Amino acid sequence: METLVRLILLPPLLVAAFNGMMGLFMPSWRKNEWLIGGLALAAVALPFAVTCSLFFGFEEAETVRYFTWLAAGDLSVDFAYQLDELSLLMTMIVTGVGSLIHLYSIGYMHGDDGFWRFFPYLNLFIFAMLNLVLAANLPVLFLGWEGVGLCSYLLIGFWYTELKNSEAANKAFIVNRIGDFAFLLAMFMIFKTVTDAPGFTGTFGLDFATLLAPETLALFEGSTGLWIALLLFIGATGKSAQIPLFVWLPDAMAGPTPVSALIHAATMVTSGLYLLARLSAFVLLQPTAMAVIAIVGALTAIMAATVAITQNDIKKVLAYSTVSQLGYMFLAAGVGAFFVAIFHVMTHAFFKACLFLGSGSVIHSMHHVEHELEHKGLIPSHHGGHGTPHDSEATQNTLRHNPLPYDGPFDAQDMRTMGGLRKYMPSTAITFLISTLAIAGIPPLSGFFSKDEILYKAFEYGYDGHALGYVVWIIGLVTAVLTAIYMTRAYLLTFEGKPRWPGFMDVKPHESPWTMTVPLWVLAGLAVIGGFFGLAPVVAEALGTHSWIHEWLVGHGDHVGPVAELGHEVVPSHAVEWGLLGLGALLALIGVGAAWFGFRFGERGPEADRSVRKLMGVFYGPASKKWGWDEAYDAAVVKPIVEGSRKGLAPFDKGIVDGAVTGLARSVRGLAGVLRGAQTGVVQTYAAAVVLGVVIVVALMLFV
Amino acid sequence: MYDFLLADTARVLPILVVAAVGIAVILLDAFRNDSPSIPWLAGAGLVAAFVLEGFKLYDPQVAFFGQVYSGGAAAFANMVVLLGALGSVVLSVPYLKRIGHNYGEVHALILFATVGMMTLASAGSLITLFVGLETMSVCLYVLTGLVREEKGANESALKYFLLGAFSTGFFLYGIALLYGATGTMLFSEMVEGLAVTERTGIFVGGVALLLIGFLFKVSAVPFHMWTPDVYQGAPTTLTGFMSTASKAAAFAALVVVLARALPVDLVAGEVQITLSVVAAVTMVVGNVIALAQTNVKRMLAYSSIAHAGYILAGLAAGTGEGYGGALFYLLAYTVMNVGAFGVLAALEWDKEQGAIQDIESLAGSGYRQPILGVTMGVFLFALTGFPPLAGFIGKYLVFAAAVDAGLTWLAVVGVLASVVSAYYYLRILVVMWMKPETDAPEAARQPFALATSTTVVLSLCALLLLILGVMPGGVIEAAQSYFDAGAIVAGR
Repeated sequence: METLVRLILLPPLLVAAFNGMMGLFMPSWRKNEWLIGGLALAAVALPFAVTCSLFFGFEEAETVRYFTWLAAGDLSVDFAYQLDELSLLMTMIVTGVGSLIHLYSIGYMHGDDGFWRFFPYLNLFIFAMLNLVLAANLPVLFLGWEGVGLCSYLLIGFWYTELKNSEAANKAFIVNRIGDFAFLLAMFMIFKTVTDAPGFTGTFGLDFATLLAPETLALFEGSTGLWIALLLFIGATGKSAQIPLFVWLPDAMAGPTPVSALIHAATMVTSGLYLLARLSAFVLLQPTAMAVIAIVGALTAIMAATVAITQNDIKKVLAYSTVSQLGYMFLAAGVGAFFVAIFHVMTHAFFKACLFLGSGSVIHSMHHVEHELEHKGLIPSHHGGHGTPHDSEATQNTLRHNPLPYDGPFDAQDMRTMGGLRKYMPSTAITFLISTLAIAGIPPLSGFFSKDEILYKAFEYGYDGHALGYVVWIIGLVTAVLTAIYMTRAYLLTFEGKPRWPGFMDVKPHESPWTMTVPLWVLAGLAVIGGFFGLAPVVAEALGTHSWIHEWLVGHGDHVGPVAELGHEVVPSHAVEWGLLGLGALLALIGVGAAWFGFRFGERGPEADRSVRKLMGVFYGPASKKWGWDEAYDAAVVKPIVEGSRKGLAPFDKGIVDGAVTGLARSVRGLAGVLRGAQTGVVQTYAAAVVLGVVIVVALMLFV
Repeated sequence: MYDFLLADTARVLPILVVAAVGIAVILLDAFRNDSPSIPWLAGAGLVAAFVLEGFKLYDPQVAFFGQVYSGGAAAFANMVVLLGALGSVVLSVPYLKRIGHNYGEVHALILFATVGMMTLASAGSLITLFVGLETMSVCLYVLTGLVREEKGANESALKYFLLGAFSTGFFLYGIALLYGATGTMLFSEMVEGLAVTERTGIFVGGVALLLIGFLFKVSAVPFHMWTPDVYQGAPTTLTGFMSTASKAAAFAALVVVLARALPVDLVAGEVQITLSVVAAVTMVVGNVIALAQTNVKRMLAYSSIAHAGYILAGLAAGTGEGYGGALFYLLAYTVMNVGAFGVLAALEWDKEQGAIQDIESLAGSGYRQPILGVTMGVFLFALTGFPPLAGFIGKYLVFAAAVDAGLTWLAVVGVLASVVSAYYYLRILVVMWMKPETDAPEAARQPFALATSTTVVLSLCALLLLILGVMPGGVIEAAQSYFDAGAIVAGR
């Protein structure tokens, strides 16, 4: 078993080091795109194969321990990994989707100057993510947690020559650090609570087995447990982009699109959910924290969905959609259905990765259109390029000042300049449509089952006597309709109707290479069938089977899984369950139908936004401005700190501290005028600062 | 009656070795001015002392009637000091050559400063403590003003000297009060002595003044004002030496005083309050002012102030875990800071414009010198406290100890302050890797060959940080074993 876990963990790390070193020190190596990409792909495919064999041959949970990492007093942390139902499922998702995205990236990054840097980062990310999901204790999980944050930082800022991208990377890193430190504090508090308990002997390594044992959990009753749960949740809001720390994720779209698909949709952003699911037995003990999680999740879901409806950048739509879907998952966790949250993590990984990769395929080919247009002189050329597909706000800015004879400025990511792409890119269009219908929740696609289960669990929670359950349920229903609308809108604006880019008669986009379309088809296939792993209880019963994911994660009969769930005293009848299922399907159909036949985004193109604007009324304005989060942060946090440091504290050091001190110094000088000539003002000031310190220290020592 | 002499001499052998090599270096320099073999000799002496200390790591002893501790915690601290000195000696050679001030006496001064530091970290009595402190300080004053032709260096040296002398006054007065209160100079007899005389007021006052001396040497706020000026004015590799080894020695001595000379209720009471307040202020002020710096050396100076704050947080805990964590932190901090200053030194092209090191002058240097770029990345991430590097483990240990001692608020302040630090550390990396070369001044872009010794030292530092981060087990155990339950090392 030790060898197998090594085979999962080490290939991505070793290949990352090899490719990175070779590329850094041997510039000629950088040209071997197929070799670099192939090695990197193999480094993820091998762990995937190993995970598959472990997954299908799974009998019982095991812990693999390598060596002691930290040993200090009561603390003894092992480098240990845990193979159980939850970690194996997550590993499958990470390595499986990861392999597909590596394959896709070989096509997508072709010809980029940074090709050789890209794959080591991506491999390193996989390594960190595997550490995160396989860890058997919190410190090793934290190691992965920080590692994925670092890789995310490197990849968001991948095209670093544009300031905007490095800024987005910095923003992501710093916002995440806030969450990370909440997490760290939670770890300290857990450690303190456990080791301070009466009768504690030996050492404690923050391992899940000890932490989640009933006798340990009993120590966390009361406010300590609540604070720890909330701190963990703050950590999760950072990584998983929830209110109030979600602001980094939309900006993170500055990175290459495969990165958005892998890190910012399918894997890293779900690690907050993984953390909660892993510690579900702990979190369940804190009803207040659960309520906070459910409310934050629901608000994030609806807030992000309203923003998504107003966006024109295809990746921004998907980014806000991701935030919204993550909100759904937290909603599920908050009503005690952690396994459903993980189920949605899985289905979301399939369809959202497919959507992102599809958008990448579109952007890729729109960039070729852009180059050809520049070549023909139909649009002014720009100089921000690397000869690669990438976000081109620079172009947009130039064009804003030089309006075209056409409707709007050209931007390879702007859906307003697309339209009718289905004719040119059939594979991309069909897979995108499948995934759109899946996320919208059209039965029997995967999104239908997972989303419906979330809504059902919220309803069940309300039915059991918690009014909060009904509140989040209704928010969830509204969000479901919005989701169907904005995703259908994105599909229609991009692929249906008439082409809208300048010179569309002469310049035709073309389908992407096979390395990019094959992953699309595989993911679309998974988006179709993924839902059957978690059939709703009534459906499963009618079919004479059971919900696989429930049995796998929570347990069934003798088998007890790693994820806990909230039990209910009163459950709705079968008729109600069927009714809710029907309601879910109906809402999805209404949403899709409204966008398709009501607003008619296909025929009317961006014109149709006017109808949306009319319908949303006063909400449209703030939603299109993203509810002002960034501005609020700027005004409340960033400005005060930066200005405070620049104008406040540095002068404070030189001014007030020195000033107070200079005052003191002056009086000293007045008394001892003799010294005046002998000393420079500056050193005297410093010395006076020492005197101030002396006063403080002596006062603290003697009089406190 | 002089049997002890031989055994005790063996116990302080590493210090004697360094001192002897120092004298040899002076002689060699006198007869063969600035000979290239001088750094080799100095390095060999440091390595020999390092190995000798290594043998005593698990063998704590007392020498010269309790005047000196040898082995155990003293050996650990001395090894950290020697590591810092060794790194600086090796890095200094190509650096001093490049800026055109290749003096032989530098190495002698480094060695004598090291003798002072080792004495300081091994001190078992107030007298040894003071002798060690002054030996160290006087050498550092001279090293700061090494480049005599430069006004800035002279100014820095004079400032450092004046303020150092000022703080020494407090230190010495504290020693006098402590002696007056307890009637002994030996740490091991102090608690007993106090119980007899019961002059608690005088004793606490003495401790306060002694603390002030220490806080000045480790540049805690508000005793920090000299630090940025001195660090900026001194030759860069020597700044690396000063900011690490001298801090390690002073902190190690402070730990010994706290653990062995003071009564437990004082450590858990007034001293804890004082140290935690100073630690909190130091962490916040150091990190926040570092944000506003555009000069990299000044930025690292404020960063070193902030790191002193983190270490003080471990000391404020007043437990074996806290002291051990602080020792581990010192090791990690020494390695990463020597490395970071080493990289800066390698990128300095002369002692005028080049020594200013505005952050823009580093633009694009990561690709120009991948070794420097990659190792600097490791050092900066370690300084940020990023796992799995040693800096993270160090922060974890000191903050966990603080929380364990009931100082949760201090840990909260500390982690928030270090969030801020991520910003300015990353900024250096962003400039090194992500800014076009053309942003740097012409002179900074001249290609130069990196000395092999520099490459080796920097790579080893980076590797050590990684190893200490991934497998720190034994080192942490060793560091924390010295202070189990505040135990006093077995005497003869």
